[in-house]
Amino acid sequence: MKLEQISIFLENKSGRLAEVTRVLADAGVNIRALSLADTADFGILRLIVNDTEKAKQVLKENGFTVGKTEVIGIEVPDRPGGLAGILEVLGREGINVEYMYAFVQKSGDSAIIIFRFDELDMAIKALTKAGVRILKGEEIYAM
Amino acid sequence: MIWDEEFETLPREALEAIQTKRLRTLVERVYALVPPYRKKMQEAGVKPDDIKSLDDLKRLPFTTKDDLRDNYPFGMFTVPLERIVRIHASSGTTGKPTVVGYTKRDIETWAELMARTLSCAGVHSGDVVHNAYGYGLFTGGLGFHYGAERIGATVIPISGGNTKRQIMVMKDFGSTVLTCTPSYALNIAEVMQEMGISPSDLKLRVGVFGAEPWSERMREEIEKKLNIDAIDIYGLSEIIGPGVSVECIENKKGLHIFEDHFIAEIIDPDTGEVLPYGEKGELVFTTLTKEAFPLIRYRTRDITRLIPEPCVCGRTFVRMEKITGRTDDMLIIRGVNVFPSQIEHVLMSIEGVEPHYQIIVDREGALDVMEVQVEVSERLFSDEIKVLESLAKKIERELKEALSVSCRVKLVEPKTIQRSEGKAKRVIDKRKL
Repeated sequence: MKLEQISIFLENKSGRLAEVTRVLADAGVNIRALSLADTADFGILRLIVNDTEKAKQVLKENGFTVGKTEVIGIEVPDRPGGLAGILEVLGREGINVEYMYAFVQKSGDSAIIIFRFDELDMAIKALTKAGVRILKGEEIYAM
Repeated sequence: MIWDEEFETLPREALEAIQTKRLRTLVERVYALVPPYRKKMQEAGVKPDDIKSLDDLKRLPFTTKDDLRDNYPFGMFTVPLERIVRIHASSGTTGKPTVVGYTKRDIETWAELMARTLSCAGVHSGDVVHNAYGYGLFTGGLGFHYGAERIGATVIPISGGNTKRQIMVMKDFGSTVLTCTPSYALNIAEVMQEMGISPSDLKLRVGVFGAEPWSERMREEIEKKLNIDAIDIYGLSEIIGPGVSVECIENKKGLHIFEDHFIAEIIDPDTGEVLPYGEKGELVFTTLTKEAFPLIRYRTRDITRLIPEPCVCGRTFVRMEKITGRTDDMLIIRGVNVFPSQIEHVLMSIEGVEPHYQIIVDREGALDVMEVQVEVSERLFSDEIKVLESLAKKIERELKEALSVSCRVKLVEPKTIQRSEGKAKRVIDKRKL
């Protein structure tokens, strides 16, 4: 149920993001989802890719600081209130979302949201209990 | 005005006779009372009896900041702690500060030297001395304070910081003399401008500025912006604090060294060989009158040259040029001495921090700013912004605590800090003095 996300430390200077995507492209790694968080000095790029190990290896070889984190992907109905319902479940259980980012599936009838929790197992339990569908890793890597 | 006419205008021969007598007493004392000195002299094969003239001074071993660190905190004192009435400290090269002690008589000597210093800079009784040097372990605040009281001036012990309030006090109390670092004087001038206060609203006449190197260009700027005479003063806590040498207001060319208390030598920093007057090299001091913590041939690491020609002011003491550099990598940030090794020491004590860092010093307006760049290793890295930001804040806090001066920490990508073959380039100083 858990997904592997890689994160990359980037200084705020032009061209760095391009370098990451070029390194991945040259290695034949496909990006499924991404988000970039930034401050005045630096940014953290978070990626879900089709081949986590390979991505991590080639980025390290190219001198990037790379981390690996477990996250989950949830399918959310693509209609008003879809996300609110899920966040209410988490709120009731007192589970804090560290960060999240979304993308829309090709078919267009549902959105995928990637969640990062501190207490991942508790979150999975609460969401499963509420009938939320948590996507399997293979489903997302293969999208 | 010359505070101590008798000593400050001594003919060279008479001065040297006093120096010789004091030097011989000093060498006997430290040999008898301070084991580290005795050991070094024995290793060099010199006995107190061998020191008969000033020319024999060069036979004595040098003393360095490392010697002080090795005997931290009180190992170089000649008297037991009961006879020490005051302790001051300055930056050491690692985690421990350099500690200095004063007997009652030392405090007396220091006040006299500061009275001479302020008089030399044109300060006199009736002046209102706005003392914005830091009070505390730093020698600046209290050194000036005692000297100003000694000459009968009115002291405002305002210490550093809160610039708008400083300006209000100067205006309302009618300060005539400003004492602080030269960069802080410029900062005051800038803030005055912002507040719409012109120099003619103040009674300032003279500024006595030190604790960091500054150029003639900076002097012109300060003199113009504050409409005062800006005088350079030199000192270091190991020797006594401020009060080692100062420019005279009549000439402002070279700082008169109070040679009846301190012998100055210029040496080649690589060979240790003594250089003749006029040649540039490292400044070395021997203290002749200090009781608690005398120093023999202390290497200041400051680079300058000595000027023996007589001065228009009438003082016969040799002068030293403004300091033009250092033989080590010490930085002076807002008047505070900072060694890159201190920064390294702090970084190494933080779990996961790599020994790769760079220090970038710049000047924003009149104030020094220091940025420490730290590489983010995999062990430090997190996918969460808040974790990295709190890491940077933590390093900033620990550096501030160790250095007594604030800096900004910037996290950078690994391997982006230049690795060099030999000595790493740790410091980029962009300041234009």
